[in-house]
Amino acid sequence: MLGSYRAELLKLRKRSAVWVLFGAGLVLSLIFGYLLPYLGYATGDENPQTDGVPRAEILRGMLPERIMDNTIGGYPIFAGALALVLGAIVIGGEYTWGTLKTVLTQRPRRLTILGAQFLALGTMIALWVLGIFAACVLCSVGIAAAEDGSMSWPGVGDLLQGLAGGWLVLMMWCLAGAVLAVAFRNVALPIGLGVVWILGIETLLAGVVSSLLPGLKWLANILPGTNAGSLVFSVTGMAAADAPPGVRDAVSGDRALLTLLAYCAIFAVLAAWTTRRRDVT
Amino acid sequence: MDALVEVSGLTKRYGGTLAVDGVDLKVLPGEVYGFLGPNGAGKTTTLRILTGLIAPTSGTVRVLGGRPGDAAVLKGTGSMIESPAFYPYLSGLDNLRLLAEYAGVSRQRIDEVLELVDLTDRAKDRFSTYSLGMKQRLGVAAALLKDPELVILDEPTNGLDPAGMRDMRRLIRELGTEGRTVLLSSHLLGEVQQICDRVGIINAGRMVAEHNVDELRGEQELVVRATPKDTAQAILTRFGSVHQYDDTLRVQVDPAQAAEVNRVLVEAGIAVSELHTTERALEDIFFELTTELSTGEEKTDVG
Repeated sequence: MLGSYRAELLKLRKRSAVWVLFGAGLVLSLIFGYLLPYLGYATGDENPQTDGVPRAEILRGMLPERIMDNTIGGYPIFAGALALVLGAIVIGGEYTWGTLKTVLTQRPRRLTILGAQFLALGTMIALWVLGIFAACVLCSVGIAAAEDGSMSWPGVGDLLQGLAGGWLVLMMWCLAGAVLAVAFRNVALPIGLGVVWILGIETLLAGVVSSLLPGLKWLANILPGTNAGSLVFSVTGMAAADAPPGVRDAVSGDRALLTLLAYCAIFAVLAAWTTRRRDVT
Repeated sequence: MDALVEVSGLTKRYGGTLAVDGVDLKVLPGEVYGFLGPNGAGKTTTLRILTGLIAPTSGTVRVLGGRPGDAAVLKGTGSMIESPAFYPYLSGLDNLRLLAEYAGVSRQRIDEVLELVDLTDRAKDRFSTYSLGMKQRLGVAAALLKDPELVILDEPTNGLDPAGMRDMRRLIRELGTEGRTVLLSSHLLGEVQQICDRVGIINAGRMVAEHNVDELRGEQELVVRATPKDTAQAILTRFGSVHQYDDTLRVQVDPAQAAEVNRVLVEAGIAVSELHTTERALEDIFFELTTELSTGEEKTDVG
């Protein structure tokens, strides 16, 4: 298992697409978490984006005390979509390049290889989370120093909880991409379907259910995106008014955590069952 | 002698199509076994079953005494099935490094196999920049990485230039002389004739022949063109049975006696204008067997 894990890490480490996705997530986090708010803050009350929001409040949103909001606030939607793409290209690439047969004719069993792939993806997702966190730390500290803001930080427990919650959200979307790639033995179709689901269908469903079909609220509340947003809302403790798209208190944090764990388990088991049984042609 | 590969009544059905139909096959230790057949005959499907990539519909398959796909069996088997497939963004060296990680093989062995297939100089280049022949050689290097007892190669000379084909033939022969068992699938009949000990011929999913190469090609004959033909025929009967074929006489005799036959004919005043040995090429037998079956019974398609 250790050898397979090392092999999977080598593949991820040397694949430029993995780092491009990470770079996209990092840049988007910094743009929406710091650059745009800072421009709003710097341009003052004349800026329509900050209309009605006190400048002090905008600044507070960029200081170290709100570090987790900016680190994982975008995970349920845009970083989640990038994680789904990661899962789809890593697992789907084995089918499109035909490398699955090369790997499966080495020594380890199929499920060992799939397990090593998931473990390596989990490691890479952890690196993404820590990388984005480190960049957010630098930005928060820089802004706090420049604007003479508060340097108070959330407690270590809150930080760890936020990072773990963010990792779980991204891992769930990554496994969703992986299971779609196994199902379709492809890269493009899983990415297309997955991204449309994250960026469009879930948001649309939530809107329709809340405005037209309140009786179907239970259905909206079991969807992966809803639970990802609820977990992020819970672990950051952000105010509803400050919440970015996709982050809301639809269900409790505990329920969101269990639902996301269940999704991870379902996606992993489905991928394993299919990989184990299917002919590699 | 226990067979390293033993297949009995192997069948693989895809929906209504029978890709492999009751194949029996036996590969003995230390031999180079040629697996011949036209495109779509079921060769690659059979090899995929032997490597555990696909499950048979019915029949029994034993490889190295175990079930295909088991860790112990895979450990002793090196294979290249269909076209060589590697990660295009990695170098040849990195591709082998990660396969070595999966298989638990030392770094030193990577250098050895790269040297063996003459890829050391280009090992650090990306796989996507390799020519077809280099990709093929990397595939063979990967198959040999585990220092396997059984090597399964599916069309290993595809895409190679004549020099590359010659090198590959030499390499396969060396594998055989090293005591490894090689199962080689090919449609290049001359190649199989040169390097294989035994061949199995598959057509439309069915095994139509499995023999020692020499047995399959039958006895050799001496072809004689001489005048006067009747007198020559009378003399030649002393050496073996004679029959006429076109303008020549065919004598079933040990080819080592060709000089003696020539001397006797010339001393008898017969003008010999042609004298050489002949043997049926594997190609002739292959076409006889595959055409016979194709015209007689088409591949079963119940769909």
